[in-house]
Amino acid sequence: MREFIKARKNFKAGAIIAGILLFMALLSLFWTPYDPEKMDAASKLAGVSLAHPMGCDNFGRDILSRVMTGLRTTVVIAVGTVGIGAFFGSIIGSLTGYFGGTFDEIVMRVNDVLLAFPAVLLALVMVSLLGGGKYNVILALGIAFVPSFARMVRGEVMRCKDLDYVKNARLQGARDLRVIFVHILPNVMPVILSSVLIGFNNAVLAEAGMSYLGIGVQPPDASLGRMLSEAQGYLYGAPWYALFPGLILVLLILGVSLMGNE
Amino acid sequence: MKKKSLALLLSVVLTTVAVALGGCAGDKQEESSQITIGIPQDIEDSLDPMKATAAGTKEILFNIYEGLVKPDSDGNLNPAVASEYTITEEGKVYTFTIRDGIKFHDGSEVTADDVVYSLNRYADEQSGDALASAFSNIQSITAPDRKTVTITLNEPNADFLSYLTASVIPASNADPDTVAIGTGPYKYVSRSPQENIILESFDEYWDKDNAPQIKNITLKVIANADTIVTELNGGSIDMFCRLSSTQVSQLSDNFDVYTGTMNLVQALYLNNAVEPFNDVRVRQALCYAIDQQGILDMAFDGQGSIIGSAMYPTFGKYYMPELENAYPTDVEKAKALLAEAGYPDGFTFSITVPSNYQPHVDTAQVLAEQLKAVGVTANINLVEWASWLSDVYSGRQYEATVIGVDASMLSAGALLDRYRSDASGNFMNFNSASYDVALDAAESSIVDEEKTASFKECEQIISDEAASVYIQDMVNLVALNNKYDGYVFYPLYVQDFAKLHLK
Repeated sequence: MREFIKARKNFKAGAIIAGILLFMALLSLFWTPYDPEKMDAASKLAGVSLAHPMGCDNFGRDILSRVMTGLRTTVVIAVGTVGIGAFFGSIIGSLTGYFGGTFDEIVMRVNDVLLAFPAVLLALVMVSLLGGGKYNVILALGIAFVPSFARMVRGEVMRCKDLDYVKNARLQGARDLRVIFVHILPNVMPVILSSVLIGFNNAVLAEAGMSYLGIGVQPPDASLGRMLSEAQGYLYGAPWYALFPGLILVLLILGVSLMGNE
Repeated sequence: MKKKSLALLLSVVLTTVAVALGGCAGDKQEESSQITIGIPQDIEDSLDPMKATAAGTKEILFNIYEGLVKPDSDGNLNPAVASEYTITEEGKVYTFTIRDGIKFHDGSEVTADDVVYSLNRYADEQSGDALASAFSNIQSITAPDRKTVTITLNEPNADFLSYLTASVIPASNADPDTVAIGTGPYKYVSRSPQENIILESFDEYWDKDNAPQIKNITLKVIANADTIVTELNGGSIDMFCRLSSTQVSQLSDNFDVYTGTMNLVQALYLNNAVEPFNDVRVRQALCYAIDQQGILDMAFDGQGSIIGSAMYPTFGKYYMPELENAYPTDVEKAKALLAEAGYPDGFTFSITVPSNYQPHVDTAQVLAEQLKAVGVTANINLVEWASWLSDVYSGRQYEATVIGVDASMLSAGALLDRYRSDASGNFMNFNSASYDVALDAAESSIVDEEKTASFKECEQIISDEAASVYIQDMVNLVALNNKYDGYVFYPLYVQDFAKLHLK
């Protein structure tokens, strides 16, 4: 019981942190303190002040505004990535897990090969083929995330497919696809959801890593990883430039992890 | 057992260190001297001085190869592979005497045949080299004896001597692409792709007054501009050229900073062959839309000299200061021109920038911001240096790019020749018949005033046609660890490693 309460506390804390950050990201759609791309020579690398709570970058752009839009970019990429990964992963995983046989063998061996590469490495290759930019990053990371979801869903579906309620449904004459998507998949959902949260965190980190390496989001667009990369040259002179995007990144991952631990 | 092997290892290490230290003590310090210099890009194109296109490659090859004559830091042309030369009065026949005892890095002596072979390579129309057009003026290159080379021109050309800085390589070198043999102060040792290039001083270098003083040079490739300061302060590189003022402000006290000019034409180069930049009004509109001083203030702490055409101030008499303000910043005029060209609401294009050059990346960001004022959206596309070379420079598959273009020779023609309609280096696809005429007139002119006037006409056409959006010749800030001394600036885009020495 005590464990359970503690877990609830973690979940609440995580939900509050993630909620605030999501709100900031959403807010940036309508309002930011300054235009995130407006340059101002007078406030180049200006420090933390009331006018600029997170300071300014090397072009005098307000870091808070950029963090807000950057956070949005990062969240959009992470959600898109996990969405693609979970959607296609679930379909592939449930089909292979349910039908089995040669089809399963072939698809899952290909899947294993893909899994053998780190997801980020796969995404790097794809981005260098497709070119950078927000949507290509989503596509590249999304595809790279499919195999792990497929494997996880397949295992769950295999476990469920011989349970009584599935046999029952089949005896009633339900077709295979109906059994998979109406009877089995909803029961696998909790497992998928928790791995979606973990996957979200991985996607945030992957995007930050790719943008940091300069092949993700392109300037002048902001993303948290891109900002960290740009801030690197000013670590000594303007530490706030790197500090705030980094801090927000950590908080986002912390919040979502706490929720996922539940 | 484990302890025993550890002890063994320790004793081996200690012995090695002792031997090494002993060895050091015996040597003169100069001989074991070494320096690690950071470079922004690997040699991707070729070690062949004729095929090398990247300024970053050529500035390294400057230390490996020499021509009959060689530029010095004041812009004079001094005899190098040739010990002396005579030019006949009407300026048509050049006679060079090969320096006594001058050797290639492989130990063989330089003969007149090597010189004839090297120059003929450049003169070959098929070579595609920018020099080919200048060398088409050559009637004959002959070697009357082992020590003499005679070059006869069709038409006298006052600028011709500067083209003879073209590198001399041994005729016996079958594969100059990967085997670098020259007569320069440093010889090429090895290259690890994307990692480093190793040079070693050439003991038999002919010029004892300017002999290399540092024995081993490691050129370390630092493709990520963000890490330069960390690498310098951390001590893994001793020198880096072309730093930004922000980078310099973060250097530790261990560095001396030298200030010069980069000798580059930095511009937003536009591909004149693609829509909408095939319309001169659009190109002019962009020129009016941007604020060069704003770029300098924003990204270069106000340092740098604004230019208005494809020529930088170091060229003295060829430089036209009046073009600097040919397109004053005027948003309304820019909008009007865009509307006239059929883009009343602006348009969207992408600027392809090599990500290893932070100054160009910064410039592109400021440009994108400035262009918003006239309704033009510029997306920035960062690419690696290798893909920039292949897609933008060679392939010409781009809309716009920010880069700096250098002069390979101390001649105005070296900068202006690339704007000829059919020039191999004309990556902006500039095409103007009147320009080609003016350039021909300049290159064939004998009288210095006429030549200068024609070159100026070329610059004027480039400016009028708004071939690209010219920005500046950037300030060159060089950080050198204060253990070393002797960095010198050249009026060209080169690095002279031979001048560096320990304090």
